[in-house]
Amino acid sequence: MKKMLKTLASATASLLLLAGAASAAEGQKDAKAISYSFEGPFGTFDKGQLQRGYKVYKEVCANCHAMKLVSFRNLSELGGPGFSIEQVKALAATFTVNDGPGNDGEMFDRPGLPSDRFPAPFANEQAAAAANGGALPPDLSLITKFRPGWYGTFNQLANGIGGPQYVYSILTGYEEPSEEIKAEMPEGKSYNPYFANGHFIAMASPLVDGQVDFDDGAPNKVDDMARDVSAFLAWTAEPKMEERKSLGFMVLIYLAVLALLLYFVKKKVWADQH
Amino acid sequence: MSTAVHADVNRRDFLFIATGAVATVGAALTAWPFISQMNPDASVLALATIEVDLAPIAEGQEITLKWRGNPVFVRHRTAKEIEQAKAVKLEELVDPVARSANVKDGDPATDANRVVGGKENYLVMMGVCTHLGCVPFGNQGDYGVVEGHAKLGGWFCPCHGSHYDTAGRIRKGPAPENLFVPKYEYLSDTKILIG
Amino acid sequence: MSGPSKYKPKSAFGKWMHERLPVMELVQGQIMDFPTPRNLNYWWTFGGILAIMLVAQLITGIVLAMHYTAHVDMAFDSVEHIMRDVNYGWLLRYLHANGASMFFIAVYVHMFRGMYYGSYKAPREVLWMIGVLIYLVMMATAFMGYVLPWGQMSFWGAKVITNLFSAIPFVGESVTTWLWGGYSVDNPTLNRFFSLHYLLPFVLAGLVGLHIWALHVPGNGNPTGVNVRGSQDTVPFHPYYTMKDGFAIVVFFILFAAFTFFAPNYLGHAINYLPANPLVTPAHIVPEWYYLPFYAILRAIPDKLLGVIAMFGSILILFVLPWLDTSRVRSGTYRPIFKQFFWVFVLVCIGLGYLGSKPAEGGYVFWARILTAYYFIHFLVILPLLGLLESPKPLPPSISDSVLAKKKAVGAG
Repeated sequence: MKKMLKTLASATASLLLLAGAASAAEGQKDAKAISYSFEGPFGTFDKGQLQRGYKVYKEVCANCHAMKLVSFRNLSELGGPGFSIEQVKALAATFTVNDGPGNDGEMFDRPGLPSDRFPAPFANEQAAAAANGGALPPDLSLITKFRPGWYGTFNQLANGIGGPQYVYSILTGYEEPSEEIKAEMPEGKSYNPYFANGHFIAMASPLVDGQVDFDDGAPNKVDDMARDVSAFLAWTAEPKMEERKSLGFMVLIYLAVLALLLYFVKKKVWADQH
Repeated sequence: MSTAVHADVNRRDFLFIATGAVATVGAALTAWPFISQMNPDASVLALATIEVDLAPIAEGQEITLKWRGNPVFVRHRTAKEIEQAKAVKLEELVDPVARSANVKDGDPATDANRVVGGKENYLVMMGVCTHLGCVPFGNQGDYGVVEGHAKLGGWFCPCHGSHYDTAGRIRKGPAPENLFVPKYEYLSDTKILIG
Repeated sequence: MSGPSKYKPKSAFGKWMHERLPVMELVQGQIMDFPTPRNLNYWWTFGGILAIMLVAQLITGIVLAMHYTAHVDMAFDSVEHIMRDVNYGWLLRYLHANGASMFFIAVYVHMFRGMYYGSYKAPREVLWMIGVLIYLVMMATAFMGYVLPWGQMSFWGAKVITNLFSAIPFVGESVTTWLWGGYSVDNPTLNRFFSLHYLLPFVLAGLVGLHIWALHVPGNGNPTGVNVRGSQDTVPFHPYYTMKDGFAIVVFFILFAAFTFFAPNYLGHAINYLPANPLVTPAHIVPEWYYLPFYAILRAIPDKLLGVIAMFGSILILFVLPWLDTSRVRSGTYRPIFKQFFWVFVLVCIGLGYLGSKPAEGGYVFWARILTAYYFIHFLVILPLLGLLESPKPLPPSISDSVLAKKKAVGAG
């Protein structure tokens, strides 16, 4: 048995070495390793940050990017940005939702209701691509879950996939390319080494310092806005995160107690056999 | 010697009982998510209210809307229908209770209690027969207003033959209760919010 | 093994029932009193863990099916609806997704345990073969389940794996078209996968019943590999092994819960949160971790048909394992050379898994070929020869002797 464990340990160690040697791939620069309040087993969302992030989404991102899995009502739900129900009604009404058909058989526009999903900025994906030089702006609901900021089996186990960091790095990572790269760069694209699909991104740098005025007077440099909106998009991708962690904590405590009890029960039961 | 054995047995029993209890409580709590998942989800609950514009409904006309998956009748009653409904004495009713979410439980089934805010020309109620859930036909049954050959107001459920009067109250047939009036309020003179 | 049952109904109802359906006798004889070797170690608890995991997957799966929509336009959104709107939907889905991985962790431990202790040897060949069948059905079930969320990896995994069948000579193309119900993986494919994903777990449950039946005829093996000689070698299953298995199951659940609540997406693929797009293949297609060794074998061979044959062969070879191992000694504990080859084989499997996760290029392909060759050499050359050449250590005369000897050693130490 001891020998078994020893063998297992050395096997794992050699695997670790192998994996460490061969991780970086894809040609995508690792996202900047900034940290967020919601990391770790006890991390929770910073409500103020989510509210600011929402404002950045609404005033900047929503012009091109849909977020079709999120409803306005989510903004007032537990574990989210913590808007009040009244606030959500008001901010939903600032969006126009196409509804119908009405009694006359025609579709009509009306102000958004809390039960509505966020309306897409374009009628369909083809229209969205056509309006953006042929590149479809991805839906942002899940972007922090499907775009890793870094790779590596053990790196991701320890640090997560870096989804919010990817968004932050994209927003803050535009660079003036060298002459050499510039020669390769297609018309209408920008250079961003953090981008997942090659270094040329169809989205021009979307943020400038002071672009969005925050209600709480928080700083609004590009860096601040990128942090806030990436945190907001972490929440849209995993709105039940806080519930998951707190329930998980209780489940683990319960299982540990039960395991301990069962261990003693097992020992007692076996006492007459050893 | 014997006390030591006893103490040991007691400790052993306590351990078994404690473990059994902890395991049972855990199993019971684990069951909850599996039960709760069948309850209406957040998106269903969010759709629980609708607004209705009453202005386009002419006198003597009725529209049917879907609310929470069920039909809602919104009827613009004629003066005769209202008159006939008011003339009915409570003793004549099968179900003398208002069955309206807008009055207190157990209030009498007067015509006034079947509408909201004294606006007696508009009757709003669930189009669900209280017998077994079919949708009654409008302007039919034995308790509508008869004008020549035509019948106005009153409902008749084709499934098992329940007759409702011009205020949607059960008068004849197997249904036990009056058609249910959902919670609604007037946002303006011609606009209501159901739910 | 079980012998005549000692079950005597206690109540009037018990007696009434017993004369009509002796189910309590079955429970008493085959579960409660079942004579089980007293020296089973913790590696033996994984059978119970697997039974519990199957039940857990069935329950969470049935519940998820109440909210899921098997249609290409709605499947992805219906899964997100479960994650966002359904009460505890996120919990149910994460339990089901991570439960699949836990199921495979347990099955691999269970299989390697069987290999180390020679659990497949006479008279347990049929027990082992039913086990391999269970493993195959598990793989099919898990594969179809992974397609259901209809993300990018769902779609492209389905496409690549179903395309394996196109390697079959002459009829390959017709077979894939038949599997798809069209010219590509599409709505008919998704619908039939959902139907089969719901059906196969019940087939699994039936096979597990047979597996336990085949176990209860010869009775459990044990770490010494020595046959049970009498009641001094066994204890009743309850309470001895119900409590031991119960403890192991709860410890296993701690691992399960740690993933479900704190790293729920780690064992999946990030790209599967992007809805399926039949026009764009992700840069890097990899199956779920539990298929990786076989995926490495598939890619190690530069010929399409031979690759597919090698991949399926690497699983099917397990069916004849009882006849490939020629040693008369069951337990690896008493086979000093086999023991070392066993651990090399475990490392080779892990290595293949690692290579399966890497792109098929350069040094990775070279190593995949070496390890693939070794995988087959282990079964086809090493095991048959080892049984003839190796001189095993002396076996203990009986199970109770080995238990006593161990106790003495511990006491002396």
